Amino acid sequence: MASVTLKNVSKSFGAYDVIRSIDLEIEDGEFMVFVGPSGCGKSTLLRVIAGLVPVSEGDVFIGGEQVTEVPASKRGLAFVFQSYALYPHMNVSRNISFALETARLGRDEIRRRVTKVAEMLKISHLLDRRPRQLSGGQRQRVAIGRALVGEPEVFLFDEPLSNLDADLRMEMRFEIAKLHADVKTTMIYVTHDQTEAMTLADRIVILNQGRIEQVGRPRELYDRPANRFVAGFLGSPRMNFAPLDRAASSGSVLRGVGGFCHSAELAGADAPVEIGLRPEALKLVSAETKGAIRGTFERMEDLGYEYVCYVRLSETLVWTVRSTGSPLAFAEGEVVGLSWQPVSLYLFGDDGRRIDHGGALHLALGASL
Amino acid sequence: MAITTTAPAKRYSNSTYRTIRRVRTFGLYVSVTAVLVYMLFPYYWAIVSSTKSGQALYQFSLLPSLDFGNYWQLFHNPVFMGALVNSGLVAFASTMISLVIGILAAYALGRLQFSPGRIILIAVLMISIFPQVVVLSGMFEVIGWLRLYNRPSALIVSYLILTLPFTTWILTSFIRDLPTELEEAALIDGCSRLRVLTHVLLPLMGPAIASTGLLSFILAWNEFLFALTFILTDENRTVPVAIGLLTGSSRYEYPFGQIMAASVTVTLPLLVLVLIFQRKIVAGLTSGAVKG
Ligand SMILES: Nc1ncnc2c1ncn2[C@@H]1O[C@H](COP(=O)(O)OP(=O)(O)OP(=O)(O)O)[C@@H](O)[C@H]1O
Ligand SMILES: [Mg+2]
Repeated sequence: MASVTLKNVSKSFGAYDVIRSIDLEIEDGEFMVFVGPSGCGKSTLLRVIAGLVPVSEGDVFIGGEQVTEVPASKRGLAFVFQSYALYPHMNVSRNISFALETARLGRDEIRRRVTKVAEMLKISHLLDRRPRQLSGGQRQRVAIGRALVGEPEVFLFDEPLSNLDADLRMEMRFEIAKLHADVKTTMIYVTHDQTEAMTLADRIVILNQGRIEQVGRPRELYDRPANRFVAGFLGSPRMNFAPLDRAASSGSVLRGVGGFCHSAELAGADAPVEIGLRPEALKLVSAETKGAIRGTFERMEDLGYEYVCYVRLSETLVWTVRSTGSPLAFAEGEVVGLSWQPVSLYLFGDDGRRIDHGGALHLALGASL
Repeated sequence: MAITTTAPAKRYSNSTYRTIRRVRTFGLYVSVTAVLVYMLFPYYWAIVSSTKSGQALYQFSLLPSLDFGNYWQLFHNPVFMGALVNSGLVAFASTMISLVIGILAAYALGRLQFSPGRIILIAVLMISIFPQVVVLSGMFEVIGWLRLYNRPSALIVSYLILTLPFTTWILTSFIRDLPTELEEAALIDGCSRLRVLTHVLLPLMGPAIASTGLLSFILAWNEFLFALTFILTDENRTVPVAIGLLTGSSRYEYPFGQIMAASVTVTLPLLVLVLIFQRKIVAGLTSGAVKG
């Protein structure tokens, strides 16, 4: 087991900067998840830690030791690839034991370890098969087994579940969580699935264009996102945003689309330019409700366990509302109101940073309607 | 908004299409047969001629006369049998050497990122553009410096110039197509570069190795110009030259039957090799061995 530390790590392919001076501390035994949009450099960062990609700048420490120049084969890590990367010409048993053979372990020791890992992952009956004779889920287990058998200091996963169908993904997610609880090894897990991120992680790193947007516990990122990007990235359906009308706002009164009008005492912060509200924070009410903003009811989706409604606030702006309550009796095209608790309103400044209003936000009386 | 309907294209009756399909199938078989006959006739002619001797050779007949005297004479000709052994050794050795060098080069060029790689690859291709005659005299000098003149090893060395370029090219593109992640997985598993090559990549390159190996073996087995130039004495000759220099019982007799018998004999090992490896190549390509 070991901690992983990145100091000022950058990586460029030619003139193209993929990772831009990242500093990160991953603690011993922690389950750290990297999320971010496609192409933001998650895999590259993971490969940098693994030693498969040399850094352009900066240092990598594993267990407190400088390993920046240590080749991948000597770092004592395990890597689970998205495509599993099982050796097609070896059976499952040899796939798992190959690293041990390479390390010249004794035959009995190898057999003992392979048996143990196979039992743990319930693949004992597959040991003689070739990878191409396995299903996706089974391949995934073998890939994890191959990682597990070397008793590595750190596990690295690169989107290990993205090739599986939804059911299997849930099952494997559960198993990976269990695995971490069992072995308590440091794990670094790349995904673009936010459910995986939220459910598995001790802490999440949100990456965007090679930079860290925010690091923190899942709940923390969800409730107190540092900026607009993080707020919009976590949550499904994603957060609703709307720009504030700057010309109409004056002093502490903020005005915006759909008759939005709040007054806020924001101590010394920059003027907010955008508001954000999560779909589940919104409530559909009648258009006359005081303090509600108004829009046109467009469409409702009944998912069985919840309803997702779409309300058009302006030409270009459609907000989603999520509720678990009973069916809402609005007709398509009807003007409806949306209301919320003041604490659930997010304000964002010019630079995208979230502005803390501490719930000190009030309806500007008489202004709304 | 007017909905425009296009009139259905003119079509024939069902039985017309059936007739068309039958005519096409028939035409296909006829043309395949024609191509096969055209390609195989010279070989058949060689086989037929090899079983004739004396005057029979000069009478046109498509049927073999089943007289194996030519083969009998051939197998008792020490020069020819020696040449057969020489050819086998030379072709085998040059194939092996070019495979080993080719695989190592292909791994370096196909995977390891180093900038002169592209230039080297292009240079390798350029080498194979020149006709053999162009390199002949230069090669002659080299063989002289290496003191290999009139030795079979001269041929092994000089054949590399023919076989290495395409071996390297084919293997390089094959290695490039193998998923990088396999190799990365092996590196993570603690393998050195060489072990990655021998334990992970090589087993997957079977089809490519079989086909390039086969091609370079055939090339070396049939090569004539270098073999004629660099070898002086009969006991070191390879088969293609030995056939060219076969002599009859008298100065004035051209041993046509024997030459044909020799040609047929020489093709047999190649045929066997092709049959063995062709199955391997096909099996490797269809088993999805590469996809993980
Ligand atoms: N070997 C390479 N050479 C050049 N560019 C590369 C290389 N590897 C990655 N990149 C570029 O770096 C960027 C980040 O790639 P990376 O694979 O890390 O993205 P990712 O966050 O894992 O995306 P995804 O979610 O799609 O897997 C991409 O724009 C990619 O084109
Ligand atoms: Mg990726």
